[in-house]
Amino acid sequence: MELLRRIRDRRSIPLATTLVVFVVLSSVLGGRWNFPLDRSSLTGFHTWLNQVGDAIDAARNANPLMMYTVDAIRSSIDWFVTLLQNIMSQPPAGSSFPYIGWLGILAIVGWVVYATANWRVALLSVIGFYAFGALGFWTASMDTLALVIASVIIALIVGIPMGILAGIFPKFESFMTPFLDFAQVMPTFVYLTPVALFFLIGPASATIVTLIYAIPPALRITAVAIREVPVVVVEAGTSLGTTRWQLLRKVQLPLAKRTIVVGINQTIMAALSMVTIAALIDAPGLGQVVIKALQKLDVGTSFQAGLAIVVMAVVLDRSTTAAAAKVKRDAEHGRGTRHATRRRIGLSIGFVGVLVAVYLSHTFLFAAQFQNEGFLGTPIARYTQSATDWVQLNWGSATAWYTDWVSNWFLNPLQNSLVDAPWFVTAFAVLVMAYVFGGRRLAVTAVFLIAMLIGTGLWSDAMVTLSATFFAAAITIVFGIVFGAWMGRNRKVDRVMRPILDAGQVLPAFVYLVPFLGLFGATRFTAILAAVVYAAPASIKLVADGVRGVPETIKEAAIAAGSSTWQLITKVELPSARRAIALATNQGLIYVLAMVVVGGLVGAGGLGYLVVAGFAQSSLRGKGLAAGLAIVVLGILIDRITQAASQPRVREAIGNNH
Amino acid sequence: MTQRLRMGVILTAATALLLTACSSAKVDNAASTTPATTASTAACGTLNLAVNPWVGYEANAAVVKYVAEKQLGCTVVTKNISEQVAWQGFATGEIDAIVENWGHEDLAKKYITDQKVAVDFGSTGNEGIIGWYVAPWMVEKYPDITDWKNLNKYASLFKTSESGNLGAFLDGDPAYVTNDEALMKNLKLNFKVIYTGSEAALITAFRNSEAQKKPVIGYFYEPQWFLAEVPLVHIPLPTYTAGCDADPAKVACDYPPYHLNKIVSKTFADSASPAVTLLKNFSWTNEDQNLVAKYIAQDKLTDEQAAAKWVAANQAKVDAWLK
Repeated sequence: MELLRRIRDRRSIPLATTLVVFVVLSSVLGGRWNFPLDRSSLTGFHTWLNQVGDAIDAARNANPLMMYTVDAIRSSIDWFVTLLQNIMSQPPAGSSFPYIGWLGILAIVGWVVYATANWRVALLSVIGFYAFGALGFWTASMDTLALVIASVIIALIVGIPMGILAGIFPKFESFMTPFLDFAQVMPTFVYLTPVALFFLIGPASATIVTLIYAIPPALRITAVAIREVPVVVVEAGTSLGTTRWQLLRKVQLPLAKRTIVVGINQTIMAALSMVTIAALIDAPGLGQVVIKALQKLDVGTSFQAGLAIVVMAVVLDRSTTAAAAKVKRDAEHGRGTRHATRRRIGLSIGFVGVLVAVYLSHTFLFAAQFQNEGFLGTPIARYTQSATDWVQLNWGSATAWYTDWVSNWFLNPLQNSLVDAPWFVTAFAVLVMAYVFGGRRLAVTAVFLIAMLIGTGLWSDAMVTLSATFFAAAITIVFGIVFGAWMGRNRKVDRVMRPILDAGQVLPAFVYLVPFLGLFGATRFTAILAAVVYAAPASIKLVADGVRGVPETIKEAAIAAGSSTWQLITKVELPSARRAIALATNQGLIYVLAMVVVGGLVGAGGLGYLVVAGFAQSSLRGKGLAAGLAIVVLGILIDRITQAASQPRVREAIGNNH
Repeated sequence: MTQRLRMGVILTAATALLLTACSSAKVDNAASTTPATTASTAACGTLNLAVNPWVGYEANAAVVKYVAEKQLGCTVVTKNISEQVAWQGFATGEIDAIVENWGHEDLAKKYITDQKVAVDFGSTGNEGIIGWYVAPWMVEKYPDITDWKNLNKYASLFKTSESGNLGAFLDGDPAYVTNDEALMKNLKLNFKVIYTGSEAALITAFRNSEAQKKPVIGYFYEPQWFLAEVPLVHIPLPTYTAGCDADPAKVACDYPPYHLNKIVSKTFADSASPAVTLLKNFSWTNEDQNLVAKYIAQDKLTDEQAAAKWVAANQAKVDAWLK
């Protein structure tokens, strides 16, 4: 403890000095050497990117090999998605209903979740699926589900083997890391148009856009899972003379199974989060409903569809989490108990029931077509609409005052100092931070990244974005600590909060943009708020897990020593959960950065607006791509520095002992 | 006990289902295609219609789709995509028609002039106006605000957290061309352009402006369904003359009037489809479009219902398109 504190002190002196130097220099030299660029001006780099884009477009038809490969990929994905759609959502040619109607789908879902998890979650899933129809979006939900299933299956087929490779060969992993960072941080708007050109407008393009975002978590978590297998076990296997393949199949994979299921869960969530964006290139499903409702500022309908997306996310999340827990339980307790036999009988009877339900829904109208669709959704839409109207009308002036207050006192000073500061002053501050936290290696990386940022020609816009990101992340972290500590200490609070947090994470931003705009106007504050809604849940959950992980013995000792609850929280629990808080900070920043583009849609300007403009206007395509690159650079820079900051340098002092 | 109970529930449910099934209507797969449609489908085939993301466009597409399907027996496939992706679809052969195009000289050059995959099919009859607008209450209270020369007098009214000492001027959807930054400089107006980034943001701002009597000025356009809800007032700038916007940095005049037009793919234009005539002749007034857009956006009709309602009342216009 003493050692840690000293390390922190050693870091804080250069950091504080840098901060002072930055503030002084940026106010003295402010307004010069800061690369301003007009909204519609392009740099040579942007024009060049435009030309590269045109050249790639032209290459599509000119290069037969490329066309052949691309077409093969496209047609097989199209075939796969269309097959799934014919089964559950869209009538195949010459028919007026999909192969399986709502009753059959409900039965299959219940049975599969019961088989892989438990009956409680199975019941929840069936109710959830019923809710799709009740909300009025049975077909749209099934379209979305078909797309998610197709994307997740392909993502796993690609991601898991690559993840295994990355887990075994660290070199392969470090080779993949930049690509994965790119895929996860690069705004989707940047590559929507080219993807639609190569893979045409339709399910294939939507799937590929989703894959780009959904493969990285599958790959990354599988790699972690393989590496987590204790070295001792692997060594024992090797000494017994097993081959590498046997080792993988018999030892590493079974032990990594549980974590890999977590990876599947994250892959599903990632795929689901692309639903609305993919709708911009005609992906079918709930995303379409949300986008169409946004055009009409129809808050009610868009909330109704957003709710269906949240329900889908919760069902998929709970069932895969429960499946992961069951994998673990089975591994620990083994099978073949009396309970398991009974379960097997239940499953067999259930299977017959599923067959009956599928037959019914294939044959009879009542089971094929959801009856009384939307009986729940229509009133929900109406109430939401009138509630938002009322709030907008009655709270309008208070919220406007609040927006002004926050902007004038916090946002403007922060933004002014970052935007006005000459680039070398900011660069110097970043370098010192990188060096203090991550040593020479990180400093070198930082030099490279800063050079790239300057190269994009969008330094000034990047600083606008960065200041909003810092501010949103600060709010996110405060929320994370306050609510995380509360949730971590109290199971009941956890149970109430968790579904709300899930909703915040998966509700498409397009759903709440209009009410937010109504209350806070087209301002940076609105953008920050949207970012916090999306980012705070992850931070809160991470901190809650950390607080819950604090060993009972430590807490009991503190209570015995006469600590008050406040002291217990601030002096014991939060410090012990420091690693979790650091991770929450890192994730908070990255999640906030993921919302930069959404911010561009509500008046925050900066890089986000440029990305959207590049999507909308062909002459700005290169500039939009450059803005996307700048976001990636910022993301990597923030990620590396905060990660280094969260890892105590102690490890370096002890030496790398693995 | 619970085990047996659960089993009982399942069995009862299954029996109940079977019983209802026996007396219930069957899925009739043969009924989906009526003979009448099949006959003429052969003549028309499939029309791939791009649907760009704004309600006015949706209104055009709804009516074209309705007429093509009901009166020509075409199969119309609508694709919800943005403008760039739609134009690109001419090259990949996936889009047959765009039914409301706003300018886009660069795309027209690329796909009509250079690649020769698309054809201009003439005006939709709609006149597009782009310009500066304020909510009607502002004109009532400050009648001389409609003259741009007086805008500096009112600039301080429009100050927000985003605009510093200047007035905030809201710019909209990044898809639209804007000269506003240059205009502020060249007309010496004390306003800062705030890029709201979406149509939703603009409409919300104007809606609040009218409801709460909050000063808002910004970029907007007609035809637009929202004008039926709040009739925003246009502030004319120095009159547009051909070429006055040639140098983007020196623009000091209003936006040109846009003659909205239809673009179709070359293959479609050359085909014998009866829909070619429909698309060539399709033309209606801003009032017509606003009405259908209002059906869709405010009365919450589906596209098909909205189109049916309009066509029923305007069969004569529709007949003229088909000749």
